[in-house]
Amino acid sequence: MMSPARNRPWVLVLLPLLAAGCLLGCPFVGMERIPFAVVFGSGPDPGNLRTIFWQIRVPRVCIGFLAGAGLAACGMAFQALFRNALATPFTLGVAGGASLGAALYVRLGVSFALLTVSGASVFAFLGALGSICLVYGLTRLRRGFSTATMLLAGIAVNLFFSSLILFLQYLSDFTQSFQILRWLMGGLETMGYGSVLNLAPMVGVGLAVLFALTHELNLLTIGEDLAVSRGVDVPGVKRTLFLATSVCVGGVVAVCGPIGFVGMMVPHICRLLVGGNHRRLLPACCLFGGVFLTLCDTAARTVIAPAEVPVGVITSVLGGPFFVWLLVGAPAGGLRIVRARP
Amino acid sequence: MSTPAVEVQGLSYAIGAARILDGVSFLVEAGSYLSIVGPNGAGKSTLLKCLNRIITGAAGRILIQGRSLADYSQTDLAIQVGYVPQGGADDVPFSVYEFVMMGRYPHLSAFTSPTADDECRVAEALDLAGASSLANRDYGTLSGGEKQRVLIAAALAQDARILLLDEPTTFLDPRHQHDILRLLARLNRDSGVTILAVTHDLNAAALSSDRVLALRGGAVVFHGSPCALMDAAVLRRLYEQEFHFVSHPVNGCSLVVPEAVR
Repeated sequence: MMSPARNRPWVLVLLPLLAAGCLLGCPFVGMERIPFAVVFGSGPDPGNLRTIFWQIRVPRVCIGFLAGAGLAACGMAFQALFRNALATPFTLGVAGGASLGAALYVRLGVSFALLTVSGASVFAFLGALGSICLVYGLTRLRRGFSTATMLLAGIAVNLFFSSLILFLQYLSDFTQSFQILRWLMGGLETMGYGSVLNLAPMVGVGLAVLFALTHELNLLTIGEDLAVSRGVDVPGVKRTLFLATSVCVGGVVAVCGPIGFVGMMVPHICRLLVGGNHRRLLPACCLFGGVFLTLCDTAARTVIAPAEVPVGVITSVLGGPFFVWLLVGAPAGGLRIVRARP
Repeated sequence: MSTPAVEVQGLSYAIGAARILDGVSFLVEAGSYLSIVGPNGAGKSTLLKCLNRIITGAAGRILIQGRSLADYSQTDLAIQVGYVPQGGADDVPFSVYEFVMMGRYPHLSAFTSPTADDECRVAEALDLAGASSLANRDYGTLSGGEKQRVLIAAALAQDARILLLDEPTTFLDPRHQHDILRLLARLNRDSGVTILAVTHDLNAAALSSDRVLALRGGAVVFHGSPCALMDAAVLRRLYEQEFHFVSHPVNGCSLVVPEAVR
């Protein structure tokens, strides 16, 4: 009895196949073309292609997929929570906190690694946690756990941290300033399996919570009053969503930097494909987000090889025009859930 | 004597210095139909939202089916009480069927899909609300009257025995108003659903309810039968306006007409 326009089961069959193809195929693509026989053969490997494949490209593709899935799913959750088309995973200041942490690391000029985690990632994650605590605390200051207060607190914290980043850049020398700028563009370079292991649990926890809350996300989409009257513990669900998605986004930003647009546009594309029901939308966002970021990263490391374009630039270059199309040319239904509130 | 469906004792609610509800007390028998009337800003919608815990922090005591509201989890409360807001959201990206299925939320758990029983209950709710033919439509394409039916169906899908309706016929043309009132009367009479409906339509309240509660300035100024409400002194106290009365040509019930303005 579901609306035919929204019931496209083939999309949810096609997306896993697309994701599998992407995960298996992208490591072969890059500056150096790596033949299948070299990767799985046992013969000589004069160009270290096998090492490049297994130690560099495979973990990088895994990171890209995890980060894309996490950002897209969290963006979808924030758009439902705030009922706002412009909500992104970074709306609540997590990216601002993480960026400030990374900028501080660069400005201090220290260099260390904690087990397999780089110092920049450690600082970025601490910054993300700091922003989460700050936004959470500011929201709790007011009675209840108001979405509007949380949104405004997030925006205020983000702006404040952005100003501090600019101030740090102003105090930095040319090299440090470039390093900070480069980090802010986001990227998946020099990742190893350690980064995959660090990121997987945080994205895993975030996605598990979202999969457990798909009914609640549907109900939040139709408004908080109706959600309460259907039996949703709205403040509790909002708190859980906020904390789980923030840790997930904090982990992604700490490892990859603030990669923009994935978290905003992938949910919109998926909504056009499978409709607004989060029971279909969430898996679609995870798969499409993973595929999208992996393909963007593959393009980032090949279009001007041997140099690399920061993946955040690629996603933004694609995301800007897409968003304009979404605003002016999308088929009816593209932005329906999520009316844009200034 | 059966347990009242709703019992409110000394309910007060304020926002800052503004007192929205002031010591409201009343009782609604199970299976009865209560209309709540009063001028704008009297606290009618706030009262409904307090009964449903959409608004929290009110002083006083609310009992639902003889049990304190505070003892209910939100899910348990949703199984007892359904809420139909005024108009409802416009930008709902779901089909009618999906929207009504959300009414089954209190019966679902995380990671589970609706069962055959849930689908059966949704079909029944759509049928009861006269909205079966709308199931495949996008919610956003519905007219005001159709939306109202779907909102009622979603509340019925909760299996709620008490329905709270906030101005269910506002913005509807006379035919759709009549359809919705007939639907509510049928649910009340045939299915024994207890109804608490906020309305500005005094005649509809007189013709459809068992009891009427009138609020003014957050306080109860009248609680009694619809016939007793149709009294010049009561209505003057309620609205600070004169009304004229006529008899319904079919059942003889007293109805009001406002003063002529020209």
